[in-house]
Amino acid sequence: MEYVSPEGLRLDGRRPLEMRQINAEIGVVVKADGSAVFEMGNTKVIAAVYGPREVQNRSQQLSDQALVRCEYSMANFSTGDRLRRPKGDRRSSEISLVIRQTMEACILTHLMPRSQIDIYVQVLQADGGTRSACINAATLALADAGIPMRDLITSCSAGYLVNTPLLDLNYVEDSAGGPDLTVGILAKMDKVTLLQMDAKLPMHIFEKVMQVAMEGCRAVAQYIREVLLENTKELEYRRGL
Amino acid sequence: MEQRLANIWRMSVNEKKFIENALLSDHRVDGRRPFDYRRLSLKFGSDDGTAEVQLGQTHVMGFVTAQLVQPYRDRPNEGTFSIFTEFSPMADPSFEPGRPGEAAVELGRIIDRGLRESRAVDMESLCVLAGKLVWAIRVDLHILDNGGNLVDAANIAAVAALLTFRRPECSLGGEDTQSVIIHQPEVREPIPLIVHHLPIAVTFAFFDDGEILVIDPTYKEEIIMGGRMTVTMNTNEDVCAIQKPGGQGVKQSEIMRCLRLASQKATDITDKIKKAVEAYDLERAQRKIRRHSSSSAQAACGADIKMSKQVVDVTQKKIDGFKIQSKDPMNQEEVESDTDLENSNTRGENNSFQQVDEIHGKMKSVNLFTGRPSSWHPYGKGITSLSTCTSSVALSAPRAMEAEKKDTVALERPNESKLEKPSVEATVDDSHTKEMSASVQQVNQKKSLKDAVKVKSRKKKKVASTMVGE
Repeated sequence: MEYVSPEGLRLDGRRPLEMRQINAEIGVVVKADGSAVFEMGNTKVIAAVYGPREVQNRSQQLSDQALVRCEYSMANFSTGDRLRRPKGDRRSSEISLVIRQTMEACILTHLMPRSQIDIYVQVLQADGGTRSACINAATLALADAGIPMRDLITSCSAGYLVNTPLLDLNYVEDSAGGPDLTVGILAKMDKVTLLQMDAKLPMHIFEKVMQVAMEGCRAVAQYIREVLLENTKELEYRRGL
Repeated sequence: MEQRLANIWRMSVNEKKFIENALLSDHRVDGRRPFDYRRLSLKFGSDDGTAEVQLGQTHVMGFVTAQLVQPYRDRPNEGTFSIFTEFSPMADPSFEPGRPGEAAVELGRIIDRGLRESRAVDMESLCVLAGKLVWAIRVDLHILDNGGNLVDAANIAAVAALLTFRRPECSLGGEDTQSVIIHQPEVREPIPLIVHHLPIAVTFAFFDDGEILVIDPTYKEEIIMGGRMTVTMNTNEDVCAIQKPGGQGVKQSEIMRCLRLASQKATDITDKIKKAVEAYDLERAQRKIRRHSSSSAQAACGADIKMSKQVVDVTQKKIDGFKIQSKDPMNQEEVESDTDLENSNTRGENNSFQQVDEIHGKMKSVNLFTGRPSSWHPYGKGITSLSTCTSSVALSAPRAMEAEKKDTVALERPNESKLEKPSVEATVDDSHTKEMSASVQQVNQKKSLKDAVKVKSRKKKKVASTMVGE
């Protein structure tokens, strides 16, 4: 399979450093305090945030900060084959942990002691880059819920096939067996908070691929800011400001 | 996700501040420098594929087992590889028995990514019958004591266990070669796994909003750290896996710095692991030699034991006794030597076999000076013969002893003893004929003349038939 054609086009017609089309929507789950749908190409993810609210399990209460919980699950219909165990398996458990710790880095938890913030992320369509889409959706949902945050966290994935760094892998490119790098950054501070990589990659090439991924993250951050700005304008209009 | 707060040990604010302030001036509580690892000790168990790692206070054990299973449908030619972690509650009060918690799952997945995705273990060599039977390698990691930085210790345990693991050799057989025969380890030597490279995990802890970083955090440093990152690298400067699950943000330049540091540490640790594995392999090979040498000596007298006791071929015993004595220097050499000598020693023993057969065609139960409990009876009939035996051997014994005591090159010794034997055999033959009559007289004290006659015939006919009830 030709992951990058001689003309420099990938399987879906993109250039190596081109991201898939992003689309985001806020306020989709009416019951939740904040929610968002985030699409990266064919990957579609929905996130809902409940909080800050009273801690359900008193024994877990933290006296000086808010408790952040996260649950990641994939819908049965999200992948090609119907999933039998959408949650509770090791991969979901690990991604839940990763998303929780990533968002904890940006939420100002010390402003809300003895409370709980729940983030529920559900993958509706999986086509590579689900982790990144989940983090982007969670950021939007938290912003929609009005939870005080240090910075926006945005995430993007990158890979390395046919000696070219590729930005934003889809499922076919991801399952090619090459390295898959997911980066999450604090947009304004330009600091890396999430970094996951598998498969072998020499160190000097790693640096290049990480650069590419960070560029992707910055582009996503730009888009998220636009979406939030538009949403705020809409709210102002509704309140008659 | 939920941690039982009742079981979590909480750190006091004083202690937290103390450790943080110390780190600001590059001091760590246990006296290490920021980029120093704790003391690493690597031990192996008696079985193949078991390793025990102690990194400071952290104690982890790794076990590797293999089983024949059906392969995955989309990979019919590859074996499978799976890692299971067990966070024993004795390691840390916050570990709950039963389902693995978040930390256990994460640890398992980090090590799994480092070993599987980077293709450290060759999967295609584990295929036995494409599409039907492959070897499934299972690595079990047991955490015995949580002193901080479980990932690194567990990774070293997994890698060391994989290097020392030996899987049974199997071959195809039966009609149309569809059935698989698994050979016992005694029949065919089990074979090691093919490991292409060694991914080593190096964990960093970040403090003070990503400004301070340390390697190999202890338990207390882990509680106060703001973020952590585990970099799995090998000695070829390949990054096999990175795991930075959120936490404090760090600049990209810091991340590259971490990678360079990790590369150095990975080389150090790989050296240590390789040395320990080599020492273990050497000891294992020596153990095998000792086992084989004693078993072949056993075989030498095994035939003896079958013979009836009454027909005590005194002369034969004498010669055998001599031979056994001449074997002694060889046996002693074997015990001290390594594999090179094994061949020469077995050759030497074969020679002795031939000589015995030539002369007598039968072997007897004799005294064996192999330093093991033997079939020697202090009050058996062999005493008198033995005394004659020793006296005759005394002639050549000094020579044998000299050979022992000479600190010549080990390889020369078996040659010497072999050379000795033919010459000594000549003398023995002479002594045999001389002392035949004497020994026969001795035997006559206990047996009838028939035995003497039979001895002679046996010698001439070289018949290896059993004599029962004389």
